[in-house]
Amino acid sequence: MNEPDAESASCVRVRESGSTKRETPLANFIEETVKAAGAEIALVRGGSGKPLLILHDELGYPGWMTWNEKLAQDRTLLIPQQPGYGNSPRIEWIMNYRDLGGFYSQVLREMKLEPIDVIGFSAGGFIAAEMAAADPAIFSHMVLVAPMGIKPAQGEIMDFFAVTVRRHLMATIADPANTPEYTKIYGGQMTPDRFEAFEEARAETARIGWEPFMHNPSLPHLLRGLKTPTLLVWGTRDQVVPRGCIDAYRAAITGAQVAEIEGAGHRPEIENTAEFDRAVRKFLAA
Amino acid sequence: MQVGYFTERPYRWLPEEEILRNRGYFGVSNSFFDREKAADDYHYYLDEYCYAEDLGFDVVALNEHHGNPFCMGSVMNVEASVLAYRTKRVRIVLIGNPLPVIKHPLRMAEELAEIDLISRGRLVTGWVRGAGSEQFFNNANPAYNREMFNEAHDFIVQAWTRPGPWRYEGKHFHYRHVNPWALPFQKPHPPMWIPGVLSPETVQWCAEHRYPYIGLGTQLGPTCDLWDFYADVAAKNGYQAGPENFGYLIPTVLADSEEKAQKIADNFVYGGGQNAFSAPQFTMPPGYNSKGAIRMLAKQQTSTWLGVSGEKIRESMEEGDTGAVNYDEVRRKLRAGLQKVQQNLQVIAGTPTTVIPKIKSILSVLRPGIFIMFSIQGSVGNDDRRTSMRLFADDVMPVLKEHAKAIDLPDPFQRTPGSVKLTAGTSRGPVADRAPLAELGLK
Repeated sequence: MNEPDAESASCVRVRESGSTKRETPLANFIEETVKAAGAEIALVRGGSGKPLLILHDELGYPGWMTWNEKLAQDRTLLIPQQPGYGNSPRIEWIMNYRDLGGFYSQVLREMKLEPIDVIGFSAGGFIAAEMAAADPAIFSHMVLVAPMGIKPAQGEIMDFFAVTVRRHLMATIADPANTPEYTKIYGGQMTPDRFEAFEEARAETARIGWEPFMHNPSLPHLLRGLKTPTLLVWGTRDQVVPRGCIDAYRAAITGAQVAEIEGAGHRPEIENTAEFDRAVRKFLAA
Repeated sequence: MQVGYFTERPYRWLPEEEILRNRGYFGVSNSFFDREKAADDYHYYLDEYCYAEDLGFDVVALNEHHGNPFCMGSVMNVEASVLAYRTKRVRIVLIGNPLPVIKHPLRMAEELAEIDLISRGRLVTGWVRGAGSEQFFNNANPAYNREMFNEAHDFIVQAWTRPGPWRYEGKHFHYRHVNPWALPFQKPHPPMWIPGVLSPETVQWCAEHRYPYIGLGTQLGPTCDLWDFYADVAAKNGYQAGPENFGYLIPTVLADSEEKAQKIADNFVYGGGQNAFSAPQFTMPPGYNSKGAIRMLAKQQTSTWLGVSGEKIRESMEEGDTGAVNYDEVRRKLRAGLQKVQQNLQVIAGTPTTVIPKIKSILSVLRPGIFIMFSIQGSVGNDDRRTSMRLFADDVMPVLKEHAKAIDLPDPFQRTPGSVKLTAGTSRGPVADRAPLAELGLK
């Protein structure tokens, strides 16, 4: 396993922010700009230890939270902001999730990070699965949390484009009133800036995931025979990704384990952080 | 000045409560569709357009919407084909074909060429991006809407003007054999007029292409701002914009008495009217509007065409309770809103005596070379619809034409849009006259 090499010829750190302005007592992390694969990507880096790649969901990187803090105690979290989200500029040639997976694979190769452990959330799970399908050796462990990417065996992925951003956000949590981190990040009145940021994230998701909607028909076929240890995490009250997606991934990846988080919705990492952390740690340690 | 007639061809048999319950026309189940009544109405509306020709209108304008009882024209080229054959004189204006939604520009080029041929050169073909809901209905990726619009337009112009066969490999469209046998009757191709609701990107695109831009019932003040923007872009492109570059379309209804006109005008807010074209989540799908457009719309305080408004943006941000609805209260608010838009001159209703000065004021402010009457919505009967048309054509239109002549409003056929050259370094002349706005108490 290689440590991240930000000084290599192909990967130049061009900007590093200082300590963040967050009010929380959470650990230091930095946002830096990485130049790789012919592009510039904003990358959040925090913690120490063996690198762990985090691929955020279709609404973008929501900020450093308790689950990040817990995992960062003994892992270096690397959280790229997907091109077209937040501080990472859109890359026009990326027109679908397979393109995006190919792009991230190039980034990892140039940063000499492969093989690496990964956690992909929702559409981020889709990206991770595309990367693994194209290069079965790229990940040493793969955690897919409520992953999109394969047409569900039963049910449908919620059409979150056909609802307002507020409804989309609400649908990701089973019990918003009792999920403090949800309230902290998404609660209250939405400011025009925040609204715009969400709309930009949704626009980029639409651009690359509109049709077929958030899945790739060939993905399950290309995942066949994948040996990467895989954990599928799913909240039993997920309204966005149905259990049918988990079943479809299990059918595609022989030996994939499932961790169901009772009562959680589409964001088990903030809805039941303890259980999420326990399941992920146990799996990554194996 | 060209004077036109336009109707959305509303489906007239839908209970209003179904629209209110659904929070919009788009998405009301087609289980409410009555085939017999719809067949009658398709015949009626085609006859109505022919009646417009008989009454002396210069142009008849068609549009299309998808999966929406607000407008029965789902495939306007079908209706345009019928009118091309049935009418003899009027120009047939399409405002417009939603290029990114149809996703087949070669087929579009063929269809329109046939219509232009059948009409012997009376087609004016406009293009639109398609309303937000249409991106859902047709599964057209909203994030590529503008790219596809531009590419489809450029392709169609080429298909009409570049001798084939040739091959096309674009970003969104690919054709291995472009050689449409039927070419438009008009050379090099039919004129193009572009309707819009103040999206600055569309206005800029129109000005760059020297296409007339038709404001769809937009508020007068912001419309003047956009006319200026068009004229600035025009100046950069070396020409002076004038009335030939601008059109305006506005909801208009006339009756024999003021009282009756107001009663019929209520139908402009039937089911919520234009603002209820579709619910917020369908009005602005992700990626459909540019940042600039969203910011500009957010500034608009009142509702505009097809509900694309700052109000809808705010609803998207703060979507509230959708529990029980008091329909009478909703109706009361809608009627109150109608009074306000009448004061703003965004809806015109009355007898010829009261309507004439209002439209004359609009013409004086916006100085358009094209004026289009948008006929009544809702479930208004055939007789009232025709009376409104007749009163407009007999009593209003001649006065407007005189006024247009007096204040010099040449139309695009009298003066080719973009033909008035502006020497580099010369400042452009005005295109709108804001002075009457103050007299009207409007901004």
